[in-house]
Amino acid sequence: MSITTSKAKSLARKRSEAVNQRRGYYFYLIPGLIAFVGLIGTAFVWNIYLSFTKWNGLGKPVWVGFNNYIKLAGDDVFWQSFLHAIGFIGAMSIVPTFLGLLIAALLFDYIEPRFGNAPTTVMRGGFYIPQIVPLTITGIMWVWLVSPSTGVINTVLQNMGIAAQPNWLGDANLAFWTLSVIMVWLQIGYTIVIFMSGMSRLDPSLSEAAQIDGASWWQRFRIIILSQLGPEIGVVLLTTTVAALKVFAPIYVMTQGGPGNATQVPAYFSYFNFFTTTKVGYGAAVATVLALLLTVMAIVILYVQNRQSEGANKR
Amino acid sequence: MSMELEVPMAPSPKPLKAKKVELKKRGISGWIVFAILAISTLAWLLPFYMALINSVKTESEFVNGGPLALPMGFDLTNVIDFWNAVDFPRKLWNSVISSLSGALIAIVLSLFTAFAIGIGRVRGRFWILALFMIAFTIPQEALIYPFYNMAKSIGLYDSLLSVIIIYAVLSTAFGTYMLSSVLNEFPEEMLEAAKIDGATTWTILSQIVFPLLRPTLLVLFTFFFIYNWNEFLIPLVLLPSNDNQTVTVGLGVVFGQWTTDPTQLAAAALLGSLPSIIFFFIFQKSLMRGVTMGSTK
Repeated sequence: MSITTSKAKSLARKRSEAVNQRRGYYFYLIPGLIAFVGLIGTAFVWNIYLSFTKWNGLGKPVWVGFNNYIKLAGDDVFWQSFLHAIGFIGAMSIVPTFLGLLIAALLFDYIEPRFGNAPTTVMRGGFYIPQIVPLTITGIMWVWLVSPSTGVINTVLQNMGIAAQPNWLGDANLAFWTLSVIMVWLQIGYTIVIFMSGMSRLDPSLSEAAQIDGASWWQRFRIIILSQLGPEIGVVLLTTTVAALKVFAPIYVMTQGGPGNATQVPAYFSYFNFFTTTKVGYGAAVATVLALLLTVMAIVILYVQNRQSEGANKR
Repeated sequence: MSMELEVPMAPSPKPLKAKKVELKKRGISGWIVFAILAISTLAWLLPFYMALINSVKTESEFVNGGPLALPMGFDLTNVIDFWNAVDFPRKLWNSVISSLSGALIAIVLSLFTAFAIGIGRVRGRFWILALFMIAFTIPQEALIYPFYNMAKSIGLYDSLLSVIIIYAVLSTAFGTYMLSSVLNEFPEEMLEAAKIDGATTWTILSQIVFPLLRPTLLVLFTFFFIYNWNEFLIPLVLLPSNDNQTVTVGLGVVFGQWTTDPTQLAAAALLGSLPSIIFFFIFQKSLMRGVTMGSTK
């Protein structure tokens, strides 16, 4: 109780002083805001403007109204690219979240109590390494690993006497799935790290009590860990979904959206229009649609985090 | 409530804190789980291992033994060839300079902005934060063409400076968001005392907030650095010339020329990942904090 009253008092005092104090603080906003509005704000507005024009990058953009958007609506490649991005949510968000939860729980709740710190840290680090290496580099590595003739995977298949030598990234039916497996490999480290840190805030006595009552490890995982990790699961699902919708570098390095448009995604499609076919207005329209979608998601994240911190305050 | 003058810092990944506890009985099932996870970890690192063993093979060795055979010797020709062909030291230098400067500027800018929001509680702070939050969720594709135009029009195209400025501002959006939420929980008592003494905002920032925030800033700094290091689209578009390219772009772009030579590709993958892996081993702790900071704040 005393905490609340002292808080209220200090709040009241602060309000009276706030008027004088605040003025001094505004100064600190200036550099960041100028940089932000000048660079990102301007660029974003300029991009929206470009999406209403026809321009090849030279001379002056020609205003065409909603033409680009109308064209987009009827463009199969555009819709395909979005479908692929949504498909990548599975490989970059849902599967890594599920596997990450399982591995994090095993490491945190099973391995660490039995084998101690060192192996746990090493394993967590091992899973995390793909996250820290630049995507272009891991991309090069994978292109090489799955290359049809000299690649590691096909050599293994050959040694096992399997005649089929798939062209993992070059076959339009396979490329998306090959990329998906690579994405899972990439993403899992992130989810493991977040979930392990989330588990550390859980009350261990709950799990111990359940154990005494004879709950199996799987039951404790389901009932205690999953039910209490809600906030972390939410944040991971949302941030990785945003990442999936934005995916660019792996596509650029590994498939360039191909073969055909089998792995085309909005970010690469927009880049392609900007710099390869120099249909700047069209590229800007693709980017704007993607930005709108992601902004909506950002608002959802803000909302969820807000609710979460309110919940935390009540506790 | 006992007063603890510990500013809420980035939540640490507590499970790994060193403490002497009695280990549970391992049992057969314990060893089985251990084995499964250990094998998975090794499988996760297998691509790097493959890059390593193949980059030190000679070409004829690769042709005869295939990618799976262990190298007979330790032949650095491929690594050295590749090192020279892409002028790797130059690329490293460009990456270091741009990542470092971008991160430093971003730390200063984020500290200032977050100070006004978290400590100063300036009006409209919610909207400023919302704006910043949107800035790091919108795709870079929605900014890149205007960046390209701007850089060209002010003569910063193909200059590291353009990339540094963009890194700094993009990171500031993220940093302000993170730091504001940390500063929101700054111990009120310390500020009150300073205000009664008539401290200016600058004194509060430099004498009270900054020293206590230093560990968090360090975490954020490593995070920015890595983030900038791995940045791809921005340097790809803004740094076309070979002399100005960073590691990620330099290797990503050069890649097409080497597809026919598997050992060279392995060397490229190895050289490209090495700086990041070394960095990871040195800064593992701060980095892990940086990653988790975003999730729980």
